[in-house]
Amino acid sequence: MKSISIIGAGPAGIEAASVLAKQGMPVNLFEKSSSPLKNIADKAFLFPNFAAASDIVDLMNKKLLNQNITLHHDTDIVKMQREGEAWKIVDGKGNAYYSDYVLMATGYTPFDAHRKEELGYGIYNGIVTSLEMEKMIRYNQIVNSLGEKPKRVVFLQCVGSRDEKSGNHYCSKVCCVTAVKQAIELKRQLPDTEAYIFYMDLRMWGQHFEEMYRESQQKYGVRYVRGRISEASGTFDGRVQVKAEDTLMGLPLKMTTDLLVLMVGMEASEGTKCLAKSCGICGEYGFAKSVDPHLGDCLTEQKGLFVCGACKRPMSINDAVNDGRAAAVAIMESE
Amino acid sequence: MKKFGFVISQGRQLNFDEMHNEKVEKLLELVPSYRLCIGCGGCTAACSAAGFTDYNIRKIHTSFFRAQYEGLDEQLKRCMLCGKCLLVCPRGVNTRSLIINMRRVLANVQPNTFVRKGAEE
Repeated sequence: MKSISIIGAGPAGIEAASVLAKQGMPVNLFEKSSSPLKNIADKAFLFPNFAAASDIVDLMNKKLLNQNITLHHDTDIVKMQREGEAWKIVDGKGNAYYSDYVLMATGYTPFDAHRKEELGYGIYNGIVTSLEMEKMIRYNQIVNSLGEKPKRVVFLQCVGSRDEKSGNHYCSKVCCVTAVKQAIELKRQLPDTEAYIFYMDLRMWGQHFEEMYRESQQKYGVRYVRGRISEASGTFDGRVQVKAEDTLMGLPLKMTTDLLVLMVGMEASEGTKCLAKSCGICGEYGFAKSVDPHLGDCLTEQKGLFVCGACKRPMSINDAVNDGRAAAVAIMESE
Repeated sequence: MKKFGFVISQGRQLNFDEMHNEKVEKLLELVPSYRLCIGCGGCTAACSAAGFTDYNIRKIHTSFFRAQYEGLDEQLKRCMLCGKCLLVCPRGVNTRSLIINMRRVLANVQPNTFVRKGAEE
């Protein structure tokens, strides 16, 4: 039986490892942080069915309990290259591992909101990213900068996505529905708090997403304003004032809010950028490139090297799981 | 004092911190489907009055939702209540009822003097 190294123990990498291990293939699974599923660990609930993220993490961790899987955590892979008929991958400490195949599942990194200076993140109090909001929801602690219950929360879409100024022309795909989901969670925990979502257009691409959007309006009274916030600034009393155009009214608007939530997009992770570059499979924006988006989406131009998950493009968790499974099949087929 | 003809322009900015939403709340109570609008403009495209006048039902209900009531009662009189907007709305907003009730709320008429309460949905 041939062997495989999978880089990245997120939803895609774990799913692929689990499928291949069940087929009897020895799997070396590398994770740069101390535990797998780092990006899901702090999430509260997952769209579209509000599944508890902790349940998903538990179920995925169980998939790792296979004698064919060896998990190497705290192992940052920095280099990989073909040596004869095998792949050699090297970690940050200089240890080398050999296998017949390599699967890149190195994932994404959230957009750094500091880069959008006009939105005041890290400058004024009361401005948080969607990831910080998710944590507040998870631990039932939605508070403003003064530690009080917020009267109004404003969500802003497309922070670092669809934005030439950030160098990211693409849509990050998951932020629209995440804002709808978080607004619903907010109204469930704090029914008297006003929730506003500022959007350019709402991309409810998945099953049940549009229904969630509708429910957020009908059942929870979430309000939507079409327009992009141009600037956010702190007020003397620790709140945030935002300016935008209400494009459906054709008028500028201002609004004071207790919390401004920036829905940050996805960028290629450092690992993705570095490894894609080292094997010549660099795609746009630092993501890894597959040979064909339709029929060869897990294959690369390098023999024995496969790609899956959010290292290729922004992807939701369920899409990443399915893609991990697809990559496993592609690997088995290449035997 | 000599007048030079200078005037101070009134602010055009919508201020969400000083909005008088009582009428909006009243309307939402009477026409709950109002909050489902996604601003697509299908209603205005289908509107018989919009083809000949500057009557814009989508804009009127967006303005109402932002508590900008000025001039709306006058504009709403142009509607002939044909109900074509109701047929095209993709979100099932009861636009015809919305128009009737906007006029009532703007005129401070007690709605239940005209219709059975809850008849809208």
